[in-house]
Amino acid sequence: MMDWWHALVGGLPFEWARYAFMRNALFAIIIVSPLFSLMGALVVSQRLAFYSDAVGHSALAGLAIGLLLGMVDPFWAMIVFSAVFGLAIFGLKRWSAVPVDTVIGLLMSFAVALGVLLLSRGGNFMKVGHFLVGDLLSITSEQIARLLLLMVPATFLVLRSFNALTLASLSPSLAASRGFRIGREEVIFGLLVALAVTLNLQWVGILIINSLLILPAAAARNIARNLREYVGFAMANGLVCSVAGLLLAYYLGTSAGATIVLVAMGVFVVTALARLARK
Amino acid sequence: MSGGASDGQGLFGFGAPHEPCGACSTDIRGLCVRLGAKEILRDVDLHLHCGELAAVVGLNGAGKSTLLRAILGEIPHTGRVSFMDRDHRFPVSPQIGYVPQRVEFDASAPISVADLFAVAISRRPACFGLSRGVRETVLAGLRAVEASHLIDRRLGALSGGELQRVLLALSLTPPPNLLLLDEPLSGIDLAGRERFYRLVSDLRRRFDMAVVLVSHDLAAMVDFADRMIFIEGRVICDDKPPNVWADPRVRVAFGLDPHSRRAGGGAEK
Repeated sequence: MMDWWHALVGGLPFEWARYAFMRNALFAIIIVSPLFSLMGALVVSQRLAFYSDAVGHSALAGLAIGLLLGMVDPFWAMIVFSAVFGLAIFGLKRWSAVPVDTVIGLLMSFAVALGVLLLSRGGNFMKVGHFLVGDLLSITSEQIARLLLLMVPATFLVLRSFNALTLASLSPSLAASRGFRIGREEVIFGLLVALAVTLNLQWVGILIINSLLILPAAAARNIARNLREYVGFAMANGLVCSVAGLLLAYYLGTSAGATIVLVAMGVFVVTALARLARK
Repeated sequence: MSGGASDGQGLFGFGAPHEPCGACSTDIRGLCVRLGAKEILRDVDLHLHCGELAAVVGLNGAGKSTLLRAILGEIPHTGRVSFMDRDHRFPVSPQIGYVPQRVEFDASAPISVADLFAVAISRRPACFGLSRGVRETVLAGLRAVEASHLIDRRLGALSGGELQRVLLALSLTPPPNLLLLDEPLSGIDLAGRERFYRLVSDLRRRFDMAVVLVSHDLAAMVDFADRMIFIEGRVICDDKPPNVWADPRVRVAFGLDPHSRRAGGGAEK
């Protein structure tokens, strides 16, 4: 399926281009990182950054449950657990008297504790190291296919809700006056974020997935003047940082996910300074 | 803004007025809103007519904004809010224009005035930019409130008055059957208010829409509104503005007679 890609990149006169795992990784991030950054742009403007962080951490519990059930690849257990976790946050937010950041904080601690408890009992803890820090280079063609098959429709659904969510973040009443069903849109978006975060965990890792989600958008926010620039900059930034980070990681012999995040952080600092300079 | 003269473009560039008295009769029966254990609105019965400017007045916390949000269908309520055609026979879904009391965004939010319109009126995700047609519509709407120069300004860079004009223009794009304004004039000077009321009053006649205006500006409402509704958790009085103005319950609540303030004022007038 990806023969054309391997032929194309394999012909490049670089050392890394000789390795199939590098070509796979490059292919995956070129497609996925702009889509992930687009979603991150909405996460930032909807003030859901803490939510997405919590969803990422909750995957630890999903992972432990999956392993306990004897799954070799606990992917679906993680997806299902994240979705339930996201719904629990929205439910408690609506029906409890506790402020939403507290709800998120306590559910996150619960999920992490549950994950650690289950993993420590089964002696599985050592097996999950690559989920904590991610392993972009071991990504297989099947995993890439799964990533794309889920990420592309998720992005489509996010775009469908883009206007409603943006208007609702300015004024829920204004959104209601335009016939948008805000409650529903917010829950759907929350579930899509849970899906996307869990999907991308395998290559970035639980510990830093959220930085990758929100950093490109945060940098774009420093310089954008309207929504088109904001989302466009975020996507381009996510793509450039991911590719640069991957290649840098190859030459430095470091973790790809962590290197990408540090490159993105560098871009963020530059845009923040640019913003200061303009004032 | 002298209002008047409609040319081929229609009034204020909003396009041709819609058919007089289309879908603009709003019927509210037995509306109750509770928030937890607290009852915010009780047994509200109102009938809003097309072409009528109704002012909703009341103290802070009387349930004025809640009434608007219940009409919008945004908050859960019991009772019925129905939109009927002229003969009250067929339910219709009206175009509702709404100006919120405030909008929330941080000063650096990358949302331009054009974006604000696009997310409200266009199906195309605003991150793809505006189509030429939508941009034309936005410009026409902004021209009506003399704000077309603001189209590419970020929301955070607008003054309070500019933001209110932009929000009014948005609520009138496309021209609604029912226009709900939630204290739209906080932070606008006297001349600006006068002009605003005149504009709303004109538009209402021209487009034959029902206008509900929540306001603190009791005195101005006596001049501009056709009808005044005083609420305090429920409808206390609902009459022509001079009658409401003269009602002792209103005068006491708003402290209109400084000397007889606490007198509970000659309840039987």
